[in-house]
Amino acid sequence: MSALLEVRGVRKRFGGVEALAGCSFRVEEGSITSLIGPNGSGKTTLFNAVTGFATPDEGDVELRGEKIQQLSPDRIYAKGLGRTFQQVRVFPRLSVLENVLVATSHSSVAQGLRTRTGASERERAMEILEYVNIARLAGVPAGSLSFGQKKLLEIATILVGEPKLLLLDEPAGGVNPTMTQQIGDKIRELNARGITFLVVEHNMEFVMGISHRVVVMARGKVIAEGPPDVVRRDPAVLEAYLGA
Amino acid sequence: MKPNNMLAAGVISLALAILLPLTVLGSSSAGVIAFVVLVLAALWAVYTIEKRRALLTSLIGVIAAIAYPLVFNSTEATTIMFFALLYVAIASSWNIIGGFTGYISLGHAAFFGLGAYTIALVADRLGLSGGYGLFAVALLGGVAAGLFAIPMGYIALRLRTIHSFVIVTIAFLFMYQLLAFNLQDATNGSSGLAVPQPDWSGAFFNIPFYFAALLLAVLTVGLAAWIRNSRFGLGLMAIRDDEDKAAGVGVDTWKHKFTAYVISAVPIGIAGAIYAYFSSYIYPQTVFDPMIDLTIVLSAFLGGMGTLLGPILGSLVLQPAQQLLTLYTGAAGWDLVLFGVLFLVVILLMPSGIVPTVVERMRRARVQEAVRKADALSQDAVPDAAAEGGQG
Repeated sequence: MSALLEVRGVRKRFGGVEALAGCSFRVEEGSITSLIGPNGSGKTTLFNAVTGFATPDEGDVELRGEKIQQLSPDRIYAKGLGRTFQQVRVFPRLSVLENVLVATSHSSVAQGLRTRTGASERERAMEILEYVNIARLAGVPAGSLSFGQKKLLEIATILVGEPKLLLLDEPAGGVNPTMTQQIGDKIRELNARGITFLVVEHNMEFVMGISHRVVVMARGKVIAEGPPDVVRRDPAVLEAYLGA
Repeated sequence: MKPNNMLAAGVISLALAILLPLTVLGSSSAGVIAFVVLVLAALWAVYTIEKRRALLTSLIGVIAAIAYPLVFNSTEATTIMFFALLYVAIASSWNIIGGFTGYISLGHAAFFGLGAYTIALVADRLGLSGGYGLFAVALLGGVAAGLFAIPMGYIALRLRTIHSFVIVTIAFLFMYQLLAFNLQDATNGSSGLAVPQPDWSGAFFNIPFYFAALLLAVLTVGLAAWIRNSRFGLGLMAIRDDEDKAAGVGVDTWKHKFTAYVISAVPIGIAGAIYAYFSSYIYPQTVFDPMIDLTIVLSAFLGGMGTLLGPILGSLVLQPAQQLLTLYTGAAGWDLVLFGVLFLVVILLMPSGIVPTVVERMRRARVQEAVRKADALSQDAVPDAAAEGGQG
C-alpha cells in the first residue's frame, strides 16, 4: 500500500508550548488509521496542521506526494481531504439540507454567483442525508438538531464533497453506545467503498474495533505505531497513558 | 381555511375598512401612513397565504410603489417615500455583507459619500447641467464606490475577526470625512459642493427622483435576492454561521467576504449620488455621516438582518417615521430619540428582528397544529412533526 498522507517532522509552537515536536507518520491508502494519545499530546493541533487551519513551523505534510502545508483549508478540502471538528459544528441557522449544499460548492466566486444550488445537487445531498438517516429533517434549521443528529449531519456534510481522506475528530465522543456502534459501522462501510480514514478517538474499544493501524502520540511526537493488538501491548504506550 | 390564513384575511379586511377612507384624504400624512400600512398588510397577507409568494408579493409591492406618487403627489408625500425607497436600496445592499455574511460594517456611509462627491465633482468638472442625464452620472457614483471598496475591503478584511472589521470600517468613514473637509482644492472643504439642478418645477420636481430611487431599490433587492439564492450566497451564510467550518468544507472565505463587501458598496454609491442630486448641495458632514450607518443598521436590525424582506420592511417603517417626525415637530433631533427607543424595544422584544420573529412564530404554530391533529388521530403514535419540532 502507498501512503495517501505523509506527515514528516512537523513542528508547531504556540508561544512557549511546543504542541508538535517533530511529528512523523503515514496513513496508507484505503486504511482506517486511528490517532490516540493522552490529552494535550497534540492530536488536534496535528489535525489543524494537516487541514490548513494551522501552518506548521517546520516539516512537510504531503497528500499523495504533493506538499499541502502552505495551502488554505478550502484548497486542501478541494484536494479531497475533509475533516470534522472535536466540538460538533454545523451551520446552525442554515437548514439541514443547506448545510450539505454548502459543501457541494467548491466553485470559484464568479461561478458561485452565476449558479443556483441546482436540482442535481439537491438530489445528491438528499441521498447522503438518507444514508445517515436524517433526510426527514432536511428542512429543519441545523441548530435545532440533537447532538447525535448534528454528528451525523457533520459527516454527511463532509461526505458530499467526495473526500479521499476523512479526518474525524472524536466521532464517538459524547454519543450513546447505540450511536457509537452506528458510527463505527458507517466508517467501516465507507472505508469499504474506498475512503481512507484518520480518526482521533478516546474510546479505546471503538478504536481497537475499527482500526487497521493505530498511531500513538505523546508530547507532540509519535511514540508508537502499528496494528491495534501490537500497540495495545506496547510498554511505551502504557507508560504514556498511565504515567503522564 | 387554516387559522393562519383566517387571521391574515381578518387583518386585511380590518386594515381595508379603517385605512381605505383615509387614503382618499389624498396627500395628508395620515393618508400616507394609511397607504404604507395598507401595502404592508397586503404584502404580509399574500406572503402568508400564497404559495408562490415571493414573485407575487414583490409584484404587488412594485405596483403599489408605482401607484403611490399618482395618489400622493404633494412634495411632502413624495419626499418621504423617496427617502424610504433610497434606504430600501441602501439597507438591502448593506445586508449582503452585514446580514448574509455577518460582518457588520459601520462605515458604508463612506460609499454613500463617495457616490455623492463623484456626481458633484463630475458635473462640476465637465460643466454638466441638470436634467435626466445626471441620473446616468449617478451610476458613476456606484462605479467609484466599487473601485474604492477594493482596497478598503482588502484592508478591512485582513484580520479575520468581526470586531476588527467593525472598527476599521468606522475608521474609514471618518477618514473620508476628514479628507472631504481638508482636500479643499477638490472638495471645496467645509463649504461643500453644489450639484446642478434640473428645471423641473413644483410638485413634479420629486417625481423623477422618486422613480430613480424606486428603480435602484428594485434592482438592489433583485441583486440581493439573486445572491441569496446562489451558491455564493450560501457560502456567505455559511461564513456567518461558522467561518472555520465553512473553510473546512471548501468555501474560499476570504474571496467570498471580499466580493460581498465590494458588491455591497456599489448600490450605496449610486444612492449617495442620487441623494446629492436631489438635495442640490453636499457637505462632508452630511454625506460622510455616521448617522447614515446607524440608520442602515437599525433598519436591517428592525426588519431582520440576513433576510431579504427585513431591510425593506425596516426602511419602509423607519424612514417615513423619521421624516414625519421631523415634519411635525419641526425640530431636528426627535428622530434620534425615536431611534434610541426603537433600538431598545427591538433588542428587548425581538432581538432577531421582525421578519425572523414572525416566521419563527408561524413555524411553531404550524408544528403545534400538526401535533394537535396527530394527537387527535392517534393517542399512541408519535407524531412526526412533534419529533421534528421538539429537537434541541
